[in-house]
Formats: sequence, C-alpha cells, structure tokens
Amino acid sequence: MRKKLLLTLAIVACFAIGATVAQAKTLTLGLKGEPTSLDPHFHNVSANNMQALYIFDKLIRQDNRQKLQPGLAKSWTPVSDKIWEFKLRKGVKFHDGSPFTAEDVKFTLERIPNVPNSPSSFTGFVSTIKNIDIIDANTIRFTTEQPSPLLPRQLAAFAIISKKNAEGATTADFNSGKAAIGTGPYALVKWERGDKITYKRNDAYWGEKLPWDEIIVRPITNDGTRVAALKAGDVDLINFVPPADVDHLGKDSKIHLSESPSTRLIYLHLDSDREDSPTVTGNNGEKIKNPMKDPRVRKAISKAINRKAIAARIMDGLAVPASQMVPDGYEGTSTELKPEAYDPKGAKKLLKEAGYPEGFKIIINGPNDRYVNDSDIAQAIAQMLTKIGIKTEVSTMPKSVYFPRASKLEFSLMLVGWATDTGEQSNCLASLLHTYDAEKGFGASNRGRYSNAKLDGMLEEALITVNQDKHNDLIIKATELGIGETGIIPIHYQVNVWGMKKGLDYNGRTDGYTIPREIVSGK
Amino acid sequence: MLAFLIRRISQSAIVLLVMSMLVFVGVFYIGNPIDIMIAPDATPAEYARAVKELGLDKPMLTQYWIFLKDAVHGDLGNSFVYNEPALKLILQRMPATMELAVTAMLMAVFIGIPLGMLAGIKHDTMLGRSIMRFSILGFSLPTFWVGLMFIILFSVQLGWLPSGGRGTTVELLGVPVSFLTWDGIQHLILPAMNLALFKTSLAIRLSRAGVQENLQMDYVKFAKAKGLSNTRIIGLHVMKNIMIPVITVLGMEFGGLIAFAVVTETIFSWPGMGKLVIDSIGVLDRPVIVAYLLITVTMFIIINLLVDIIYSILDPRVRLGDHN
Repeated sequence: MRKKLLLTLAIVACFAIGATVAQAKTLTLGLKGEPTSLDPHFHNVSANNMQALYIFDKLIRQDNRQKLQPGLAKSWTPVSDKIWEFKLRKGVKFHDGSPFTAEDVKFTLERIPNVPNSPSSFTGFVSTIKNIDIIDANTIRFTTEQPSPLLPRQLAAFAIISKKNAEGATTADFNSGKAAIGTGPYALVKWERGDKITYKRNDAYWGEKLPWDEIIVRPITNDGTRVAALKAGDVDLINFVPPADVDHLGKDSKIHLSESPSTRLIYLHLDSDREDSPTVTGNNGEKIKNPMKDPRVRKAISKAINRKAIAARIMDGLAVPASQMVPDGYEGTSTELKPEAYDPKGAKKLLKEAGYPEGFKIIINGPNDRYVNDSDIAQAIAQMLTKIGIKTEVSTMPKSVYFPRASKLEFSLMLVGWATDTGEQSNCLASLLHTYDAEKGFGASNRGRYSNAKLDGMLEEALITVNQDKHNDLIIKATELGIGETGIIPIHYQVNVWGMKKGLDYNGRTDGYTIPREIVSGK
Repeated sequence: MLAFLIRRISQSAIVLLVMSMLVFVGVFYIGNPIDIMIAPDATPAEYARAVKELGLDKPMLTQYWIFLKDAVHGDLGNSFVYNEPALKLILQRMPATMELAVTAMLMAVFIGIPLGMLAGIKHDTMLGRSIMRFSILGFSLPTFWVGLMFIILFSVQLGWLPSGGRGTTVELLGVPVSFLTWDGIQHLILPAMNLALFKTSLAIRLSRAGVQENLQMDYVKFAKAKGLSNTRIIGLHVMKNIMIPVITVLGMEFGGLIAFAVVTETIFSWPGMGKLVIDSIGVLDRPVIVAYLLITVTMFIIINLLVDIIYSILDPRVRLGDHN
C-alpha cells in the first residue's frame, strides 16, 4: 500500500516538473510521550500541554522562544494595580461552529480548580484571581487579590475550552472527543490510545495558514524505535532525537535535523540547611557536621565541575553550560552571572578555607530515566568532585523511586532538572530558592532547603510589583544573590533535536514542544 | 471434576488476595506517586490537595480496605494519571496484546513443532544441525536486540514492513483487530516474529527431544515391523506422544507471552497492555499496576486449568484432581 503510494507520488512528481512539492497532505509525527488525557486541565505535564495546543488555543500564546504573543486575547493591559483587562479576538469559532466569547474564558477559569482527581492541576495559575468580570462579549477583566505582574504569564499556561461543549464534562468526555472541542488549529478525529491520535485541519482557524490537512501523532517512547521509524519513512518527523544518534542521522541524505536550545535546566541541589545530612560522612565514615552549610563549600563544588567537558563529552555537544535557572535573554535573567568556570585549584582552596582541606565523603543521588544522560552526568560530577577531595559515590535510581525519596529529603546532594513553564525566572526562584514555606506556598521544590531572608523579601516584593522594569530588577537581584551563595548549582540547559524528512523544516522550540503549524515544507 | 474445579477456584481466590496485598504494600512503600505526577512548581498547598483528592493521605490499611471493598464489586479503582477506571484501560488494551500473543504462539507451534520434528528425524544431517543452531540463536539473543535488528533490516534497509504501531484495525464482534486488513497484517508480522522467536526455539527443542526419544521406543519398532509408512508413524503415533510435554510447556509459556510482551510492545510501539503497565509503573499509577497484575494472575490460573484439562483429554491415564 505504502509502496504503491510512494510510486504514485514519484510518478506524479516526475510529471509535475517545475511545480512545487506536491500539496501538503498528511503529516505523521513520532513523539516521545503520549498525553495521559485530552482534558487540557486535568494534568499539568508537558505531553498533555503540548497536545492541548493542537486542539485548543490559549488566551496568550508563547512563541517558539517563549515570548508572549496574542492568542485568543488580542491585547492585555493593567487598568490599575490589581485589575487586568483583556480584549478578546472577534469572530473566532469553536470546531462545532459556536462563537468564542468571554463566557468561555470565565467558564474555563472557574473549571480549573474543580477538575476532579487531578494529580497536578493548573489551580496555581488562577489562584490570584479574585473576580472575573465580563464587560462585553469580547472584553474581560480580572481582579486579583494583590498586584499581579505575572498574570499574563499565568494565563499563557492553559487552554481555553468551550462552555457550550464542556459544561459538566468529565475528563473521560474529553478523552472520547465529546468535549474536546476547541478553537485550535486542528480538530480531534480519533484517539486510539497507545497507537495514534488523528487530527484534521480546522478550516475556520483564525490564525496563520495551516500547512497540513491531517496530522497523525504516534507515541513512540523507545528512542531507538523512534529513530528507526523516521529512517524507515513511517513518520515524517520525530522529537527528542537521542544525542548518540545525531551524528549518523546527520549523515543520512534523506534526513534533516534541527536543534533548539531548551529551558530544561539540569542542576544540583545541596543540603544547605541540616546539621546532620543523610549521605555526608567524614573521610573515615564518621559522622560530621554538614559541610555544605558553608557557602564556600558549595562554591567549591560548583567550581570543581567542568561544565564544558560535560556538554562536549557526555552530551555530545547538545547542552549549553548554565549560569542561572533560565537561559540568557529571557525575562528576569541576569547579565552579570556567567557559568562557573572550571577551577579545581580554587575549589581546593575554598575547601581548605572552610576547614575541609582533606575533603569529606558524600553520595550524589540522581534519576536514571528522567533526563538526557542523567546517570552519566552524575557519574562525571562524582569523578570531578573526588578529584578535589570530596570522595563522591553515585547512586541513581528510576524516577518513580527517586523523586518521592528526594522530596522526603533523604538525600544530601542531588541531580535534578527544571523547565520553566512561564518562560521567566520568578517561578524558579519561588520554587527552588525561596525558603520552604508551606503556608505561603513557596519553596515547593527547594529540596536543599536553602534559605535567605533577603532573597525571600526581594522575590515577594517583585511578585506584587506590576511595573515591569522594577519587577525584573528585583528578580535579577534575587537571582544573583541566590546563585552567588550557591543555593543551587546550575549545570547546563539541554539542547533538543528534531529529525525530519528532507524537505520539511522546523525551527524547534525552547519548551521542547512539537507544534504542527510551525512545521513547514521547505522551498 | 467438579470438586477439582471448586478446589482450584477457591485456591485461586486466595492467590489473588495475597497477590493484591503484596503489590499494594510494595507500591505503597516505593513512594508517593504525587511526587512524580505533580508539576514541580506546584505549591505545597496544591500538593496536599492532590494527595487528599486521590485518597493518598489515608493510612495504608484504610486504602487497602477501600480497594478490597470496591474490588469485590468489580471496581479496581480509577487510574491516577488517566482518571478512568483501571480495568477499562487494561481491557481496552487487551485485544492488541492478545492478538500479538496468539499470532506469536501460532507461529511458534506451526513453525517450531514441524522444524523440531524434522530436526529429530534427521538429527545427523546438515539440515537437522542447522535447525538446532537456529534454535540456539533464538534462545540466546535478547528479544530487545532482535526487535531492533528486525526493524533495521525489514523496515529501514529493505522497506518491506512498517517499523511499529498497529496499523488499520477493523472491529470484529466489537473488538478491534488488525489481522483482517492487509495494512494490519503488515504491522503484525514483525512484532509477532520477534515475540515468537524464543517460543519457536523452545518448541523446536521440545519436539526434537520428544521425537528422538520416541523413535527408540518399542512401539515405533513394532509399527515399523508391521510395515506402517514412516509418515504415519511420525505424523500420528509419535506426534501424539510428544504433544503432551509440548502442550504443557507452551501452555504455561502462553501466559508468559501475554504478561511479558512488554519488551516487544515497547520496541514496536504496539499499543498493548504491556506498554500501558510499563508507563504506569513509571509513575506509580497503583490502580493500574494492581489491576494489571490481578488480571495477569487470573489469566495464568485459567491457562493452567485449561492445560490440565487438555492434558487429561490427550492422555486418558491422567485424571483431574488426582495430583495429590
């Protein structure tokens, strides 16, 4: 069948000399993850959030570098400190032909905190909103508890659903397609779990011209199989090409690769709080006071790591050494901070100053199935630390075992990853470096329990400063403080690679998403 | 027969209970699934809400008790990540796995047994030795690697067959199957071959050993002396005698084929239960893990029972319930 099709295509191509590539038809994508649900508000996880963008739109789009662009909202302005006004796009229609209005926005925002059994909801993005006022069908105002400079960023995090079709709908109704009716570029045809999701073009789409009539998404978790599927021509494009395959795919004349840096940060968290840390011991195995409470020791660990070598050797060049939590050029990033230079001598000196001339013993813990080459990175870091006298053992485990233990603070030095959803630095600060505070909702992923009251103060002030410059300034200062004291040790940002048939082109995205409307057939 | 069945069923119920307990406790102690499922920037309050919503804040015994109560009513709980009944999710995926396992088993039987018998009869020839060498390969090469090699050879190099997925399915009595469309069959061939390889080798070895053993027996000599044709001796008399061990072993292996098609399903992105359970283990989706294992155990119990029954039909000397 396929062969016949290819033959037909070849014949057509022969005759249509001078014409451009035969009209674009079906695009088949081989993607690493499968969404757990098509309910866009059920599970805040990237596979789901990406699939939601096929069917739905957000009020505010994030472009391929995560800058905010108008989506269903044409513009947004703060009316006062605590009120944001959003002007909605006119003439937008859902897939069933019903018009999109402010009612749908209100309905969506009210549904978000009430999705039953959600293992990871979007409630955090709407919890600052106190009142939603519909001014007219295309104007809506949000009143927040406190001044909320991040509201547009937060409203760029989730999809808008249809009140008419989704009122009272359950997650299962979205999965079956009954309620999965959006304004997005593609309409759901069928989801065959584990095998494929089929979409057809929304001819009434309000946005750019859509190059593909039909999109088929095939979840192919296994890296080797995904690459083979591309080489065999079964799929047109794959995401997350494993670094080890980049070289030979690059030499394949039928395949085109594109790469994009990502916001996926790999970093170390170190126990900088407890006197007695679980995996730290003296050189002879005796109990010692946790050395990492001393910022000099943390700095020494950072200096001991050769980030360039990790990026070049372990990541095959597909990593960019990191200086902070979000790559340069993003909002709220410091231009002062540079990736810590490899300096084993300086590291040894710092250890000596801190009173550990002979070092100590520690275990570095990390997952082995979560990030690109995660356990290899941990191995390399252990060797580098051992070189400066910190005798480091490695213990990696599957993510399902690792994360629950890490959150229970069972580790002293751990390798973790982070990717910002909002495309700016404040959410990293709030989760990773702000003092752990369950009541105020800070420090949720601060597994090192780093704490600095000054940083907390600056961040909290920034979060209620609507003036963009002042806000950014505070965020930058707080970042410089936290990184300066080595609250975390940034290692690198992953670079993602997409592989596709020759003739296609995709710029890639920093959030790692594969978005069909941005995939073009070149020339 | 009836007493035998009753005893078997009550034994099975105990096995299922113990099984559910082990899995439940095991998964409980690995950790809290919310730690893996929740967005890392969720606030502690959000975290607490999710834990409460999924009932993970209750003591383990309470959670287990709730599970048991629901299980008696046929409800094995809702998946944490899919928010749909675990049983439904698994049953949705079951036809794909069954189709794959049955095809693989048929391949093993119809390729393995004749080849094995041939190797037994012509054990001193080039052919016999080649068959045995093939079976050694089939035993010793890891499924994972063979699967990838199949893809590289048949999909990437030769372009004959698709590299994965299930292809076009049509409904047969409400169940989607691939073997009724050409596209579906094309998708089925490689994964089924991959899964069948080990079992084919097993069938070859078993039937070869059986044939060699039986050829020495008096009844074969007698049959030869009576002037029966070789075809009849091998095809009927020897065949019947070697079938018992072959069926016992392959029957047991069939359960394994269904339960452990995981590797093949992952390589060929075949949308079966194995792939579902691997994904679920990755996020500690306890309801799906428990339900899957319970279903697998039930399947093993049923297959064992069927093997025992077939056994008694093939060999009238064996009586059901006479084991102890």
